[in-house]
Amino acid sequence: MATDRPNAPTLAERARNIRRNALRMGEVQGQGYIAQALGIADVLAVAYFHALAYRPEEPDWEGRDRFLLSVGHYAIAMYAALIEAGVIPRDELETYGIDDSRLPMSGMAAYTPGMEISGGSLGQGLGIAVGMSLGLKRKRSGAFVYNMMSDGELGEGATWEAAMSAAHWKLDNLICLVDFNNQQADGPSTSMLCAEPLAPKWEAFGWHAQRVNGNDIAAVRAAFDTARGLAEPRPRVIIFDTRMARGIPFLEARERNHFLRVEPQEWQQALAILDREEATQ
Amino acid sequence: MSATKPRLTTSAMIASIAGEGQKTKPAPFGHALAALAAQRPDIVGMTADLSKYTDLHIFAQAHPDRFYQMGMAEQLLMGAAAGLAREGFTPFATTYAVFASRRAYDFICLGIAEEALNVKIVCALPGLTTGYGPSHQATEDLAIFRGMPNLTIVDPCDALDIEQAVPAIAAHQGPVYMRLLRGAVPLVLDEYDYKFELGKAALLRDGADVLIVSTGLMTMRALETADLLRRDRIEAAVLHVPTIKPLDEATIRAQAARAGRPVVVAENHSVVGGLGEAVAATLLRNGIAPRFRQVALPDQFLDAGALPTLHDRYGLSAPAMAATLKGWL
Repeated sequence: MATDRPNAPTLAERARNIRRNALRMGEVQGQGYIAQALGIADVLAVAYFHALAYRPEEPDWEGRDRFLLSVGHYAIAMYAALIEAGVIPRDELETYGIDDSRLPMSGMAAYTPGMEISGGSLGQGLGIAVGMSLGLKRKRSGAFVYNMMSDGELGEGATWEAAMSAAHWKLDNLICLVDFNNQQADGPSTSMLCAEPLAPKWEAFGWHAQRVNGNDIAAVRAAFDTARGLAEPRPRVIIFDTRMARGIPFLEARERNHFLRVEPQEWQQALAILDREEATQ
Repeated sequence: MSATKPRLTTSAMIASIAGEGQKTKPAPFGHALAALAAQRPDIVGMTADLSKYTDLHIFAQAHPDRFYQMGMAEQLLMGAAAGLAREGFTPFATTYAVFASRRAYDFICLGIAEEALNVKIVCALPGLTTGYGPSHQATEDLAIFRGMPNLTIVDPCDALDIEQAVPAIAAHQGPVYMRLLRGAVPLVLDEYDYKFELGKAALLRDGADVLIVSTGLMTMRALETADLLRRDRIEAAVLHVPTIKPLDEATIRAQAARAGRPVVVAENHSVVGGLGEAVAATLLRNGIAPRFRQVALPDQFLDAGALPTLHDRYGLSAPAMAATLKGWL
């Protein structure tokens, strides 16, 4: 991994660059799921620059860890990470959501290198992850399958079918990542279909569960390490409590930021905040 | 119903559709898949608590390490099949047609078909093949699935069709939905010069007075109907269309264009959205306008009861179909 090399960017720097990439893509569209991207950037930085095995120049490398984006509208965050990871060329950033781009608004496997599945029909990722984990075990592969899902997807029954199945098959190569930002299209997730108490719920389904602050990079890294290193024959879930629009205070303060409208000048203001943060460190 | 005629009982969920004394073969799907899997290590079998009722248990007995019992969770079944296909395997996933088409649709559509994954969905109880009522009668599965891009749809007629379809759909790269007859499955097509070819319609019998275009078990009924009509000096041609999608439009058009023959489409499915409407559309698009009729299930939730009773009631039995055709001709 990049962090293993001397003078490599730190995970915090990677997270900042992922936020920058996402903001620049957001600027192309003028709106979008930018608050989610800013909120999950720290988790993606740890995933792509600490945890995952992959080859940027060979996205289909058989030995790679599979990273499934069940929550398809987080594509902007995923592209931001894949650009930072060198899987997607940086100059494609400006094509986000534009006709004939490889970076559509909702993530699809056929469009984008490094995108394992077509997410977006929420609640499908974990079931596919079960099948891929079974398949990797058949092939005696040591690769992990990561399923990145949103807290909203906890409302889908299919998620829990898959959760039961993963425990039934003792899928210790499956790690589910839940972004708990408590924000859905119509309001706070917990106000609509409350999934709490969430960690005990996963444990009751037979999973090893952790719940950490998803914007605390050290805690995120430790959680990934625990999930990967666990010797127990059961699937693992990490619930990340994240803050929508994390890192850009004037966007964090905005209510109802599920699909954020940002004024044209605000994109540069947001990027300037990240630049100042970098300069002071 | 006359007072002396005994009332039939509904019997098991999944009664054989074989007529009395009809030649049958046991579990043709299970045996064909088990044999094929011996040559194809990529094939795995999966089910949602219905291996026995889809004949997949034969495969499971032959290849226990390649069988996945996913439990009563059809959305999971399809998602996990997509995942196994992504890792290079060829899953045959079985359940009842109602559950695949109604409950798991989105998981097949987005999880499997959108990426043209190599999953074969094989489903028992197509159309009216159980007397258990609407909960188990997949009378609209073809209508549901025909709109799904990338999906190949197969409706075999008998044991021979199923045996030959299994290696053909396995060889096809991409998702397939196949309707399944299970248990003691009638054997009919061995008496014809016929071989299953994916995507091809086959003329089983020629005749100058009417063209019956049929699929699935209704091909069997169409052949019986043709025999009954011959007694009245009516010569019926039977064109078997085991692949519903992609449709062999060229063969259908060529047969339907023969002047003077009404076209009757017969299918074990609702009048809405199945083979009948597919054939009508291709004929109309190409300026071919014969007299046109459908032998199919009505657009309604069907009764529970004994299958022979229901096939008579809804016009799918050979005597009922022959009477219907005579009324039209």
